[in-house]
Amino acid sequence: MKKTKDKIIEKIIFICGILSIIFVALIFGFLFKEGIEFFRDFGLKNFLGSAVWRPTSVPPQFGILSLIAGSVLVTVGACIIAVPLGIAAALYISELAPKAIRDILKSLVELMAAVPSVVIGFVGMVIVAPYVRIILNLPTGLTAFTGSLVLAFMAMPTIITISEDAIRSVPKQYKDGALALGATNWQAIRRVVLMAAMPGIIAAIMLGIGRVIGETMAVMMVTGNAAHIPHSIFEPVRTMTATIAAEMGETVRESLHYRSLFAIGLILFLITFIVNFVADLFSGRSKNQ
Amino acid sequence: MDEGFFENGEKMEQIEIKDFYLYYGKFCALENINLSIKEKRITSMIGPSGCGKSTLLRSINRINDTIEGVRTTGQIFVNGKNIYDPSYDIDSLRRNIGMVFQRPNPFPISIYKNVSFGLEVNRICSKKSVMNEIVEKSLRDVLLWDEIKDKLKKSALTLTLEQQQRLCIARVIAVKPQVILLDEPCSALDPVATRKIEELMLILKQNYTIVIVTHNMQQAARVSQDTAFMLLGKLIEFNKTSTIFTKPKKKETDDYVSGRFG
Repeated sequence: MKKTKDKIIEKIIFICGILSIIFVALIFGFLFKEGIEFFRDFGLKNFLGSAVWRPTSVPPQFGILSLIAGSVLVTVGACIIAVPLGIAAALYISELAPKAIRDILKSLVELMAAVPSVVIGFVGMVIVAPYVRIILNLPTGLTAFTGSLVLAFMAMPTIITISEDAIRSVPKQYKDGALALGATNWQAIRRVVLMAAMPGIIAAIMLGIGRVIGETMAVMMVTGNAAHIPHSIFEPVRTMTATIAAEMGETVRESLHYRSLFAIGLILFLITFIVNFVADLFSGRSKNQ
Repeated sequence: MDEGFFENGEKMEQIEIKDFYLYYGKFCALENINLSIKEKRITSMIGPSGCGKSTLLRSINRINDTIEGVRTTGQIFVNGKNIYDPSYDIDSLRRNIGMVFQRPNPFPISIYKNVSFGLEVNRICSKKSVMNEIVEKSLRDVLLWDEIKDKLKKSALTLTLEQQQRLCIARVIAVKPQVILLDEPCSALDPVATRKIEELMLILKQNYTIVIVTHNMQQAARVSQDTAFMLLGKLIEFNKTSTIFTKPKKKETDDYVSGRFG
């Protein structure tokens, strides 16, 4: 009796575990199917080799380069802002802050992660964008830079919490060993604690990047959505995610345009897959040590 | 100065602990400790778990300061200067008093970098050639050089535990301290490795003042010249090791060294 109960529970848990794999496989399969048909009709070279995205002109043009450029620019900008700030914040929380401040900061960071992206986009659109326009004296505040600012805010909680975990899990004896050799507190942190936590920090950065690349709503609201190759970070851009979200509602099912959006999704999926893979590689290495 | 001078004559006092109390919050972990440790000898601290021997050791290089809620009164003099004086430079103190921990704790960086760490943070030398020399000499001094000279760039975590502990000692002597504190350095090692580390201690004694905390009485008897016996945060008896183990003055000491408790 007990044994059959055990067996049944085991099976249920097994199904739950396997479900995530099935879902990912299904999503990928579906994306792949639609994307491949698009590549067959339109040609992979025309898709990846052109920067002109005019899905409704005749004949339609689906050059993804300007969208990739937009995504990359916004992502890189967000990382340049979020990575140093995030690691510094994680260091402060885990190594320097007094206990009372540490607890407050940690819950605030968690709260930061809980703000819905549309709210962040909204704040970005009505508050950040006008300031960007006025302070930098630009024709419009809806630029890649604004997107980077907003996305940096969204990536920071991920980077902070995971880096902080990594830093805190560095054995105290490492730091004690460094201090016992005459290192100052900062030398011990920089040369030993950060070094030991590095795999975890890199994983944190990768997951932060994953969050940034995949973000749609906030970016769509603040980047201006102009599909062209930008010459500087202070120009409007359009990202891959924003394109899918903005155009999916207007396409005819099974049309070339409809499938082109799946092709974009496929490219996005590949990028995030690579980012996650690299993150896993690093966090796996830290566990083996 | 040659060895002969020290064999017969009185050695200088290197560390003097006076009326020392240490509290973890409200708990009094060390009570009125008075102890003077002479240079170029091995002094061991023995006693049952929780008697405060490690705490006392960790007070000598003030590494206890990293624990929240630690408070001390009294003084510890190193070379005649009170290290608990607020104006005392802690970083230079720790450079002068090296410490080896219970679990080998090489940093997760290369073997070479582990040894050069102290040289770099203390700005002892910046020339690569001088640094190479010191690293090699330190590793030779702990008899590790021949085993690892071909893999200096490898992570220190690839070494065996005993090699790691030697590396930790090499890392300490690279910065040329006067005192080496050893906090149960062999408790993670097997008997063969323990013997090797003990032999190393006897060699190092010629140049360094060594203080070792151990829960292993035989180890204290084998390597040390002076022994302090502690119990419940108090120093019960301090004397020559031979005296402590053969004719202790206090009953508690006698009970402990003869294995009646502990």
